[in-house]
Amino acid sequence: MSTMAAPQGGNVSFNMASAVTKKSVGAEHVMTDKVNGVRHVANGKLILRDLNFYYGKFQGLHNINVSFPERQVTAMIGPSGCGKSTLLRTLNRIYDLYPGQRAEGEILMDGQNLLDKSMDVNQLRAKIGMVFQKPTPFPMSIYDNIAFGVKLYENLSKSDMNDRVEWALRKGAIWDEVKDKLGQAGTALSGGQQQRLCIARSIAVKPEVILFDEPTSALDPISTLKIEELIHELKTEFTVVIVTHNMQQAARVSDYTAFMYLGKMVEYDHTNVIFTKPDKKETEDYITGRFG
Amino acid sequence: MSSTRTGTLDDLKSVAPISRSKLSFALGDVVFKFTALFFALVVLMLLAGIIYMLVQGSLPAFQAFGLGFITSDEWDPVKEVYGAWPSLAGTLVAALIAMLIGLPLSFGIAIFITEMAPQWLKRPVGTAVELLAAIPSIIYGMWGLFFFAPFFAAYIQPGLVATLGPLPIFGTLFQMPTLGGSSGVSVLTAGIVLSIMIVPFMASVMRDVFEIVPGALKESAYAMGATTWEVVWNVVLPFTKTGVVGGIMLGLGRAIGETMAVTFIIGNASQLGSSLLEPGTTIAAKLANEFNEADGLQMDSLIAMGLILFVITFIVLMLSKLMLMRLAATQEGKKT
Repeated sequence: MSTMAAPQGGNVSFNMASAVTKKSVGAEHVMTDKVNGVRHVANGKLILRDLNFYYGKFQGLHNINVSFPERQVTAMIGPSGCGKSTLLRTLNRIYDLYPGQRAEGEILMDGQNLLDKSMDVNQLRAKIGMVFQKPTPFPMSIYDNIAFGVKLYENLSKSDMNDRVEWALRKGAIWDEVKDKLGQAGTALSGGQQQRLCIARSIAVKPEVILFDEPTSALDPISTLKIEELIHELKTEFTVVIVTHNMQQAARVSDYTAFMYLGKMVEYDHTNVIFTKPDKKETEDYITGRFG
Repeated sequence: MSSTRTGTLDDLKSVAPISRSKLSFALGDVVFKFTALFFALVVLMLLAGIIYMLVQGSLPAFQAFGLGFITSDEWDPVKEVYGAWPSLAGTLVAALIAMLIGLPLSFGIAIFITEMAPQWLKRPVGTAVELLAAIPSIIYGMWGLFFFAPFFAAYIQPGLVATLGPLPIFGTLFQMPTLGGSSGVSVLTAGIVLSIMIVPFMASVMRDVFEIVPGALKESAYAMGATTWEVVWNVVLPFTKTGVVGGIMLGLGRAIGETMAVTFIIGNASQLGSSLLEPGTTIAAKLANEFNEADGLQMDSLIAMGLILFVITFIVLMLSKLMLMRLAATQEGKKT
């Protein structure tokens, strides 16, 4: 297997480099210091300090120190079980649902510590939306799928709600496909459409951050492409953090990339740096396909 | 290329015995198919047989009293005049009380077990609910007659009469009964005991269907910032509506048809009182009480009441199907 992987890996990294150079991003970012493999960014929307996470006695995350920049796409990559999904799930405290799971440290958003006991998780989740691995349309009409979240926070008139639903569906790049069947069940759409509906649903409550947990792993290539384009557009208004096991996807959609391994943040930098000249040996081994 | 072909042919020859056993397998398949068909037909024949017996047996009663049999409240074996109304009304009222109490109770239990209970409490509560379902109905009847009804008469009934009794219209349901008031046997106590009997069925069906809701679906509703109640009401319930309605119908069916416990507690009065605290009767209790000594027109009337009971459960089943169809229609056809 390892003899097979070497030439293949070289090929992959070549493709990745070309994918990175095709993008026009990178030049405008200010280069800051890199400490222990983590590049510190000035415009951090989410700032994680000494974050530790526990599944009961098992420690899933070790001393994560990193900041995710505002209105940029940050990708998290790493082998299965490295803690990238765990990290994502601490950001909106969805782990709260499960007794025995707890996080220590700080996650600062606009100066507020999200892990504070006094933090209202429902308000927090209005600001930080999440899209899951599999599309999860609610068992209701397309219209109600979008209106559901909005109704939790705002009391809109019928026409305002109609406007909001249309706005969200347009942002989710699915309006043209569903505008004539808003009353139909969301579950009747195709997988890719369902996932864009779920993205539109998250957008509808006007969050500041949107988290994506392997959003395309259950989708076909065309739907994947559409969602990647969509993520690219979303960063003009939202801070995006995406977990992906597809390295080409990370290279295509993200501005920054975090490489995680065994619950630790190994390296964090501009995406083009990670995929062309990473500092750490583990990062290089992983992106060239030598392990993982 | 050709060598692989001959290889395949050789393989075919060597597997020839298998294809013969495939033939016998196909024969077995045919036998199995007709056996299954026969079993399915047995159900239909049984149903047809029961309906035929009920209709045939109740014909004399309907010939004697007409459709007035349903609405008449006379039950006089001496004069040979019979009417089903007190039993019919008692059945419906007792079942209604049982549903009014049992439905929220089972819903709460199921939600607690699936959504809120800490891990260590889930299993004990779930097992306790299942054990309640395993208690024979005669034990509920004894418990109701010897413990619950006297307890109710001593501690709850006076309070009910004092607080709800003076209310206009509604208050007539809670007047102190003229007879049998101290024993506590009444339509209300029967309804309450019935509700306790049907809760385990409804709660365990609801719990089972709530548990099949995909975790990711609930998580995504929580991730929108929904509270537990909002997730349950807007996501869990719509997702499981077929199963929930099925569970409710199971409970309602049991409440309507339950015989033994009700016979113990309801008081078996042939007259229909206006107060829920009066003794009453249900169709099932009436049948159980009188079948032994009945003959002639009385027997025919009892069978006719059995037919009515059958029709009621059929209507309940039909309404639940209609309800599900309407729910599906509102989910898919709702206009913006």
